[in-house]
Amino acid sequence: MNTGFTFFVQLVISGIALGCLYALIAVGFVLILKATDILNFAQGEVIMLSAFICYFLVTTFHLPFLVAVLLTGIIAGLMGIVTERLVLRPMLGEPVFAVVMVTIGLSIFLRSMAGILFGHNNLVFPSPIPTEAVRMGGIVLSQTEIWIILSTLVVITIFFIFFKYSRMGLAMRGTADDQDVALLMGISVKQVFALIWAVSFITAAVSGVFLANIMVINLGLTFVAISAFPAIILGGLESIPGAIIGGLAIGIIENLAGGYLDQVIGGGVKDVTPFVVLFLVLMIRPYGLFGKKEIERV
Amino acid sequence: MAIRSKTFRESYYEDIKLFKTIWIKSWIGLFLMVLAVLPLIGDPYIIYLINISCIATIAALGLNILTGFTGQISLGHAAFFAIGAYCTAIISSRFQVPFWICLPASGVLAACAGLFVGIPCLRLKGLYLAMATMSFGVVVEYVVITWDSVTKGVRGISVPTLNLLGYPLDSNNKLYYFLIVLTALAIIAATNLMRTRVGRAFIAIRDRDIAAEVMGVSLTQYKVMAFAISSFYAGIAGGLYAYVMEYIHPEHFTFLLSVQYLAMIIVGGLGSILGSIFGAVFITIIPEFIKGLAQFLTLLFPAIEDKYDDGWNIAAFGLLIMLFLIFEPKGLSGIWTRIKTCFKNWPYTY
Repeated sequence: MNTGFTFFVQLVISGIALGCLYALIAVGFVLILKATDILNFAQGEVIMLSAFICYFLVTTFHLPFLVAVLLTGIIAGLMGIVTERLVLRPMLGEPVFAVVMVTIGLSIFLRSMAGILFGHNNLVFPSPIPTEAVRMGGIVLSQTEIWIILSTLVVITIFFIFFKYSRMGLAMRGTADDQDVALLMGISVKQVFALIWAVSFITAAVSGVFLANIMVINLGLTFVAISAFPAIILGGLESIPGAIIGGLAIGIIENLAGGYLDQVIGGGVKDVTPFVVLFLVLMIRPYGLFGKKEIERV
Repeated sequence: MAIRSKTFRESYYEDIKLFKTIWIKSWIGLFLMVLAVLPLIGDPYIIYLINISCIATIAALGLNILTGFTGQISLGHAAFFAIGAYCTAIISSRFQVPFWICLPASGVLAACAGLFVGIPCLRLKGLYLAMATMSFGVVVEYVVITWDSVTKGVRGISVPTLNLLGYPLDSNNKLYYFLIVLTALAIIAATNLMRTRVGRAFIAIRDRDIAAEVMGVSLTQYKVMAFAISSFYAGIAGGLYAYVMEYIHPEHFTFLLSVQYLAMIIVGGLGSILGSIFGAVFITIIPEFIKGLAQFLTLLFPAIEDKYDDGWNIAAFGLLIMLFLIFEPKGLSGIWTRIKTCFKNWPYTY
């Protein structure tokens, strides 16, 4: 294999690992969006808070890693239920703008409170995953990346089974399809909403824990969630498979742009590429790859 | 004279008059007089706060025209503001261009950027528009930081003093009158705009865009116009900001600034000129209250000394946005109208 090709494959594979993270974050967004028509701008803050919580559970309380992850998930789920009850329930039926702004308000509130509580220092997570890289024919992969890819697969499979076969999953799909009909069929829409927020926050917590493993923990973690926006737009706002494919695509594109264009234009291309893609997708195909084209009636 | 229970209007002209009653006119006159003498007696810091509020008012008016009146969400207002500020800073510091070219140039450049964003955004609405404008904001921030040869990147640019016909406005007290006059002009222009066909078309688009189109309002034309006018206001405000701060830096123009402007129009009142002014002043001075509160609390609990920082202000903005949207969606101007009606209809208030 020549070096040019190896470089390309290397970029694509680490792009897939990054894309898996985006996909996980995007699924968190899409879950809420599909069922409740709310885009939760505070998702990034949940990711950041979960990373901090997991860090403190491991370092201050000396819990084993897996127990800490489990506890973080439970805390995040409770946070989701509380947020839905306190902030979003009063906004039911309000115009899109008001609901979007409430979540933006929530997001900057949570972020600055995190700054006040946890400080602005960079914390390094004592990662349980060994740091030695794995080599496969010239391609280098860190074990964290492999874990990310594997766990994303597991999480997504769990979601698939949950939505396909469980009673609650069916209720959620019904609610997403048509709230009024779901209500008439005896589904408690309020309960479904609360649970959807909990599930989405738990997904965010899982991605937060992984981010903590590959990055330093600081307030900047919230911006990773904003970089996942392009993924949901590319996949179509209301489609879970779309979110996954969009996430992978954005991860790969971002890595390739970083690898090839950084030397040409200068640093930082990697961070801004997702947004350029987002802008392009919105211009060309606003409903994304798998989204439904909305038909409006007066 | 009997007690005035309602203002009865007999023609459409009276309905859209700028000053609806003689009372409004006289109150505004009195208010302007107070503003005129304020620099003679006020503390310089208060004057500085008023200056900053003036700039915020102009920018908030622009955002309110786009978001409050036309109903197009913009999460990238800071980008237009930044374009205006950088335009003024660059051409006035490099080429010694006088302000009466700088400011209009900033406005026009920002308006062009508004057209650039507005035209592709015509197909988008709601969430999609929010994301598109937000990503525009991110891209502008990136360009400002990276395009070092023009914007001087993270080193920032110093801006020369504003020179008004050979008379340098080198202190806040001198800038004060200049800003008050410009703000008054901006307010009158916005109010007038809303009385015309254009303003009514904007409101029609906000209330139901498809119905508006059926009625003969060209969505393309008016949406693009709303984007251009809104970013023109932001550009002017940005130019003034550069003059007042005398130094600009990419950190002044982040996503948080966009959110801050949104907070202004939400707290003040969406779709209300008066609301934009209330909101801009309120959001500008609220950090002072928080600072005062922090100092007061320090006296009570010495343990929290030095814990105050910018984070508290931002937390307060977030909290205010949530509280107003949940409990008082009409904002401060809604509260104001309610109080006014209460007094007007006294003793038969309900």
